[in-house]
Amino acid sequence: MREGWLLTLGGGSGQRRCRRGLLQPAARRALAWGLALELVRIGLLAQETPPADSVQRLQEELRQLRQQFEQVQREQGEQIRALERQIESLRAAPPVESGAPSEPGAPPSPPRAATPPSAEPATAAPAPADSNLGVSPVPPAASWSPTQPIPVIQSGQAYMNLSFKMLGTVGASTASDASEELELGHHDPAGRGFTLQHGELALDGAVDPYLRGFANIGMSIDPEGETHVGLGEAYLLTTSLPANLQLKAGQFLAEFGRQNTQHAYQWDFVDQPLVLNRLLGPHSLRNPGARLSWLAPTPFYTETMLGVFNGEGHSAFSYRAPGDEATHGRTPLDRGLRGPGDLLFVPRVATSFDLTDTQTLVTGVSAAFGPNNSGEHARSEIYGLDWYWKWKPAHAEHGFPFLAWQTEGLYRRYEAGADPVRGLPAEDLEDWGLYSQVLWGFTRRWVAGLRGEWVDGNAGAHDALDRFRGERVRISPNLTFYPTGFSKVRLQYNLDDGDRFGTEHSVWLQGEFLLGTHGAHKF
Amino acid sequence: MNPSKRSFLRRAGHGMALLAAAAAFASPLVNAAKLKVVTTTADFAAIARDIGGDRIEVASLAKPTEDSHFVDAKPSLILKLNRADVLIEGGAELEIGWLPALMDSTRNPRIHRGSPGNVLANEGIAMLDVPAVLDRSMGGVHAMGNPHIMTDPVNARILAEHLARVFSQLDAQSSEFYRANFQRFSDELDAKLAEWQQRLAPFKGRRIVAYHDSWPYFARRFGLRIDLFLEPKPGIPPTPPHLAQVIQTMQQEKINLIFVEPHLNWRTAETVARQTGATAVLVSQFPGGVKGTEGGYIPLIEHLVDTVAKNLKAP
Repeated sequence: MREGWLLTLGGGSGQRRCRRGLLQPAARRALAWGLALELVRIGLLAQETPPADSVQRLQEELRQLRQQFEQVQREQGEQIRALERQIESLRAAPPVESGAPSEPGAPPSPPRAATPPSAEPATAAPAPADSNLGVSPVPPAASWSPTQPIPVIQSGQAYMNLSFKMLGTVGASTASDASEELELGHHDPAGRGFTLQHGELALDGAVDPYLRGFANIGMSIDPEGETHVGLGEAYLLTTSLPANLQLKAGQFLAEFGRQNTQHAYQWDFVDQPLVLNRLLGPHSLRNPGARLSWLAPTPFYTETMLGVFNGEGHSAFSYRAPGDEATHGRTPLDRGLRGPGDLLFVPRVATSFDLTDTQTLVTGVSAAFGPNNSGEHARSEIYGLDWYWKWKPAHAEHGFPFLAWQTEGLYRRYEAGADPVRGLPAEDLEDWGLYSQVLWGFTRRWVAGLRGEWVDGNAGAHDALDRFRGERVRISPNLTFYPTGFSKVRLQYNLDDGDRFGTEHSVWLQGEFLLGTHGAHKF
Repeated sequence: MNPSKRSFLRRAGHGMALLAAAAAFASPLVNAAKLKVVTTTADFAAIARDIGGDRIEVASLAKPTEDSHFVDAKPSLILKLNRADVLIEGGAELEIGWLPALMDSTRNPRIHRGSPGNVLANEGIAMLDVPAVLDRSMGGVHAMGNPHIMTDPVNARILAEHLARVFSQLDAQSSEFYRANFQRFSDELDAKLAEWQQRLAPFKGRRIVAYHDSWPYFARRFGLRIDLFLEPKPGIPPTPPHLAQVIQTMQQEKINLIFVEPHLNWRTAETVARQTGATAVLVSQFPGGVKGTEGGYIPLIEHLVDTVAKNLKAP
């Protein structure tokens, strides 16, 4: 039964189709899968201990299958060789336009009329087997027009793009457990040895003529070996609202500053910048909500955005987040949403200028206002300033060389409520910090980076036990090699200095791969 | 009527009058507004100029010297797309690394896929080198075939005809103008094509080395073989063992011409040229990419044909 199916695919439709364009990929895939499945099935059957006659039967089946496989292989080999010969002959004596001289020195024939000449559409009509590779000129059908779709298209036929990315590190640190004090981000290296930082399944596509949809399913493995799967982002984006408006809705990374919207595999360094880790949180600022954006009719790019979120959960660290780490020692309240004033509001204005033909600057101001879980009426506010400057010469090869400078500075005022049980007073905790990084793509495939960071804050009652406060400085040089756009290897050294732990040194080696559709690069 | 209200009304009236005056002043500008055409690469822009003349405004997102696979999705490009009436894109994934990021932010339904203002330049063009199997271990292959389609003048004419149709649809008043421009372009191309083919006829079947596989359409049209590349696989930089092999083949077959595009590594090509006695030449698929091609599409191909004819010596 299955062999019959196999034969039909391999010898039947495959043979018919390969007159045009070798063998259709679907047929080839089906053939490969069919063979693989059959071999696996036979393998599985062979593992049991069947009676002797069934062994014989299976051997016979295997022999037949082998014969069929070899026959198909032989046939296809012949077809490939025939096609190669055709290509050779076509290359040696290329098709000559009917409107052009066929021999050197022959008088040019008169120009042809306005009908689309030599359109060469690979029409669906079967073409003579000896001439059509989808390359030789086919006389244009009179009714043909360029707006007709052509059937040679092979991709773009799925309704969505699909990709899987995996990011991991191996490293060592003078700190016995880097995840205790040094690397507090959710996707940061977890300490000595190997860390699978992040796996991500990403889907995107047009929902209908008005909406695009995006989803990222994040995966990680914790030190106990448990795999955690989470919906990182899932949102829709409008494409056709009037007045230059755009709406984004769902669960997504808030547009605060520059790096918060990036996923771990897009970061230029192995770990999350300290100031983002402390103020926007180890999981980045990401929540269910909606964002309205307006592209201003100015001569230069100006985008004004307002995001509105629930502001609740692990990924709303400075707001209504669970756990007493987020509340700086206070027993976290479970504040519900009492009204619109309890939502998290994230406004942002970004603008960009092309300083010269080869230099671009993007700069923005962001803020985030919302209640926090440390007191009944406690609120947090964060303000941020960011800029990104990039130089890339007009003759760049594969995007190299380039020089990019990125800086973000943030300030937060956290109204911490009183917790008499734990002996903590009501106080205003102020935290601030910045990171600044330079990326130099000095030659094709290679990028050298240097990042400097500093975070600090005012004194608080819980500081002695609070790893998310106190002064810290970190210097991180790194070097990244991109074999292609689909993989990278990165070596990074961190010199860490903090009030709570003194000086520590860490070295991380990071690797990434991407399968499937490569999303376009945002600037 | 109380005075304060009246003064408010009067002020509002003044405002309205001002607005009306502004509108009256602006309206001729609006009527005379040219069709705003944005193209991903400079070859499409040049052909659009040939058809649209001074009745359209054309801007190319990628610079002609730039690697068209790797263009930065700068916010200024979002602005250009936001205000465009027509977008001409390759349609064969050449711009896949940057255009989708821009399109997500353009908020301009006029140029979305499926709208009259969205032109896929490869429509009606038979793509070459469409991979039978998608496998990235073969390098940066494009699922829809080699996207460097405009190096064949016949493909350029297909696009030109397509553009004349689209421009006429969006700006019906000028449709005669666009039609006439297409006719002129097509006639000139026909005459030139005959001349070019005649010029390259003595070199039929000759082999040329290219840094990157950008030239299959050009090669096919003019009976050349451009199928040996300095890159071991598309998008993978040259490696010493591969170059050694290329050099050996070049010496055996007496291949004496190497095509290099402005964004690729000239030094590598020069080294190979030195070791084989071949000539490395700077050529571009994009008008303005190399000196002498700024004039537009026909001067670009003219330059290309000229370069080949001058440099392909007798074996």
